Amino acid sequence: MPESGSLKLTRRQVIKAKAAAIAAGVAGIPVAEAANGIIPGDEARLDWSKAPCRFCGTGCGVMVAVRDNRVVATHGDIHAEVNRGLNCVKGYFLSKIMYGADRLTQPLLRMKDGKYAKDGEFTPVTWEQAFDEMAVQWKRVLKEKGPTAVGMFGSGQWTVWEGYAALKLMKAGFRSNNIDPNARHCMASAVGGFMRTFGMDEPMGCYDDIEVADAFVLWGSNMAEMHPILWTRVADRRLSAAHVKVCVMSTFEHRSFDLADIPMVFAPQTDLAILNFIAHHIISTNRVNRAFVDAHTSFRRGATDIGYGLRPEHPREAAAANADKANDSEPMTFEEFAAFVAEYDVDKVAELSGVPKERLIELAELYADPGIKVVSFWTMGFNQHTRGVWANNMIYNIHLLTGKIAEPGNSPFSLTGQPSACGTAREVGTFSHRLPADMVVTNPEHRKHAEEIWQVPAGTIPEKPGYHAVLQNRMLKDGKLNAYWVQVNNNMQAGPNMNEEGWPGYRNPDNFIVVSDAYPTVTALAADLILPTAMWVEKEGAYGNAERRTHFWHQLVTAPGESRSDLWQIMEFSTRFTMEDVWPADFLDANPAFKGKSLFDVLFGNGSVNKYPVSDIEEGYANHESEYFGFYVQKGLFEEYAGFGRGHAHDLAPFDTYHQVRGLRWPVVDGKETRWRYREGYDPYVEAGRSVQFYGYKDKRALIFALPYEPAAESPDAEYDMWLSTGRVLEHWHSGSMTRRVPELNRAVPNALCYMHPDDAKARNVRRGEEVRVISRRGEIRVRVETRGRNKPPRGLVFVPWFDEGRLINKVTLDATDPISKQTDFKKCAVRIEKVTS
Amino acid sequence: MSRLRGFSPILAAGLLAAAIPLIGGIALIGIAAAQEVAVSDLRDGVPPTEEAAPPPIFNEINDDKRRARNYPEQPPVIPHNIRDYPITLNANKCLTCHTREFTAQSQAPMISITHFMDRDSQILATVTPRRYFCTQCHVTQADAPDLVENQFMPIEEILRAFREQDGEEPNP
Repeated sequence: MPESGSLKLTRRQVIKAKAAAIAAGVAGIPVAEAANGIIPGDEARLDWSKAPCRFCGTGCGVMVAVRDNRVVATHGDIHAEVNRGLNCVKGYFLSKIMYGADRLTQPLLRMKDGKYAKDGEFTPVTWEQAFDEMAVQWKRVLKEKGPTAVGMFGSGQWTVWEGYAALKLMKAGFRSNNIDPNARHCMASAVGGFMRTFGMDEPMGCYDDIEVADAFVLWGSNMAEMHPILWTRVADRRLSAAHVKVCVMSTFEHRSFDLADIPMVFAPQTDLAILNFIAHHIISTNRVNRAFVDAHTSFRRGATDIGYGLRPEHPREAAAANADKANDSEPMTFEEFAAFVAEYDVDKVAELSGVPKERLIELAELYADPGIKVVSFWTMGFNQHTRGVWANNMIYNIHLLTGKIAEPGNSPFSLTGQPSACGTAREVGTFSHRLPADMVVTNPEHRKHAEEIWQVPAGTIPEKPGYHAVLQNRMLKDGKLNAYWVQVNNNMQAGPNMNEEGWPGYRNPDNFIVVSDAYPTVTALAADLILPTAMWVEKEGAYGNAERRTHFWHQLVTAPGESRSDLWQIMEFSTRFTMEDVWPADFLDANPAFKGKSLFDVLFGNGSVNKYPVSDIEEGYANHESEYFGFYVQKGLFEEYAGFGRGHAHDLAPFDTYHQVRGLRWPVVDGKETRWRYREGYDPYVEAGRSVQFYGYKDKRALIFALPYEPAAESPDAEYDMWLSTGRVLEHWHSGSMTRRVPELNRAVPNALCYMHPDDAKARNVRRGEEVRVISRRGEIRVRVETRGRNKPPRGLVFVPWFDEGRLINKVTLDATDPISKQTDFKKCAVRIEKVTS
Repeated sequence: MSRLRGFSPILAAGLLAAAIPLIGGIALIGIAAAQEVAVSDLRDGVPPTEEAAPPPIFNEINDDKRRARNYPEQPPVIPHNIRDYPITLNANKCLTCHTREFTAQSQAPMISITHFMDRDSQILATVTPRRYFCTQCHVTQADAPDLVENQFMPIEEILRAFREQDGEEPNP
């Protein structure tokens, strides 16, 4: 419990002090008053509290120092098991992310002649005016078109309770499944892979695998930049134990190759063939763990030629035989599976992938050799893939064939990009087809269970999945989705095919777009109403990281101006509706107890969410939502939500526990976290004497899928002759809206560049630093060429990161998705590069 | 190069809002006379649907001057060019100057004591493998302009602000 100050610096005093500091710096005057440099007594005290890092899915713990309502320092938490005192450069600069001078501090509505106008200019309004206009628009759309025309786009950066409140608002309140997170762009294929292979989401292992593994294989993951602190653990293991091997695979060379014993650049999309080659190698060299396979797995033949998730009228989509049954499969035998993968022999796969045969065999041996404990890591290379679910299924195939799974050091490990992609998007289920604890809207039992916990009438939740991320943009453009609320993400910059889908969708005159953000992002500027939003330690929060670790933090400082948390916004907006506004008359007639109630009462005043008093808040911490609504909002939401998973292998600890610990990995049973799932001795859900049980499926078996190599949605041709891959950089978090406002991080990587092979540059008469157009069938950007930076593409491929608001590479990308997961492939489309001559 | 188009009206409105008393802990208050504002962006005012010439590739600052840290735990930035400095399985160029035994010769700052500690805080004979990849925390600085002013205040500035505040003492 830190002490909170009674004095607060106003914004004006901050600016004045800032100016004084600059002046003092110039004059060389030391800041400390006393000549001995000591600040006397209690004045030197800092109030420290724990929090998770705001950025990636690693989930590092940080300690945050607060003085007089301002964050003054942060560092890696030595008590956090994930990072043990380390941070990456972004994490070390967390202290500055909230203090960009252009923080949004009041709602802004596009207005003309004193009222809302789609073509108006942003004008400051009160929260009352903002919610008045929003409510008018939502009620109009609900009345005219019904619940399928309202939607919400959220995030893996929502706190657990924000995502849960949003899910309830949409699915129980507005009776619309049109809610999806930006996590759809990030790990939907990982979810699809887990659900298809195991019938249950999220990794079986945890980061503790790293310290005991003998080999690491990175499949389309640049951990050195995207998960730097996990990379410190991999580097520690590799450099501490000489026998450990690291294989790094990608379509271009990047920083993770610096640690590679086995570096491997393969032709885009041929990872599928390499995966089948490994399965074939394991089988053909008689290294299948038959006892494990016979006891714990079944074999399935998956549907093929499943399309590319494009608009139905797109020729490639129309040509696909099984686009409408992409997730189908039928049983097969081990022998049939062996025959299926036999065609992927080393000669064929070496030719297809461009990887030398010896190296393919060296890789395959890491899996085949029973004496090697192997961890596979993957992120966007697998997930942002038009066959992403397949790639996930196929990596599990090789871990299952060898039994190298669900035990320390043997671990297929899907990493996540966002701090709560697991904790919020996946576990809460803020997807268009999902409900909490791995349940789905298409299952009547699941809907019934959710309706019971939510105390809403049977039939409240619609059974048809709503619009997923890419479909939301298409439906905005087509005028079928008309009232739309975006929170905690920057999808105009992050989403694919901005020119043809995103921008026309937001600016469609039929639509009213609301964006909640802390900063004026491209997405905010594309909106009709901007809501200023509290961030990170300006609110009480909970995130869940990639190893199933749920961790909490307290509100530590006050948000600037009139900024309010996403949670406050969701709850306060719900007070604007009566049930008569949101539910049809016949539904209310059948459920008369709901007549006359407000939506707020039904969702949040239900005796469950509002169960805990404000006095339960730990002493010394403020909590702006709870003080406003008069009950401990976060605790009530969390405890109601935890009811979904307790007793169902998703057990969460009691709310108050999480404020005392550095996170716990679920299922948390009898106060104990679970490090390895499905394995007796570690996982309390495995029955005694059974050794391993993949209990996601009723027969407790995991599925091994026979799936082929199929080509990418768009490959280079004569007109567009290069592959384009987009991605991230270490120094910026995703779209850069926080990190580019930290001067040190901005100066570290000021702009996105087009990374290109020197020979490809030379062939176009372009030198390093010169300007080119990156042009696709959808759009183009202007960018400078880098031929010697940290990324070294092979000939025929360029890499352009997407953090730079000035270089919107998603004007160029294609909105092709995995047909099962609906996740976009940001790693493969065709472009041509033209020199700009001035 | 101003990247903050029309920033001041927002700031002015923000100050106005901050000066109005809170109602029930949350400000639900109005601005008397609504005025249009141009919201800042990081595109130099170029609309998202248009393209402008990109800025040049900026050079890395190479003056070898130390910068004050924002707080003691901040990793110092690298005040020199590191082009062609390998940090790989086989070589680490940074350590040829910054490791303890070479600092007298190089006059470079020694890696901090924390960099000798393993995951269990035990001191090793040399740099800990978990700190091997220097550029995960230490970054060079280009001579690029700030996109937006950052109003973070180091603790000393906060304390001084209180001292200058009509004789008020900082909150203990």
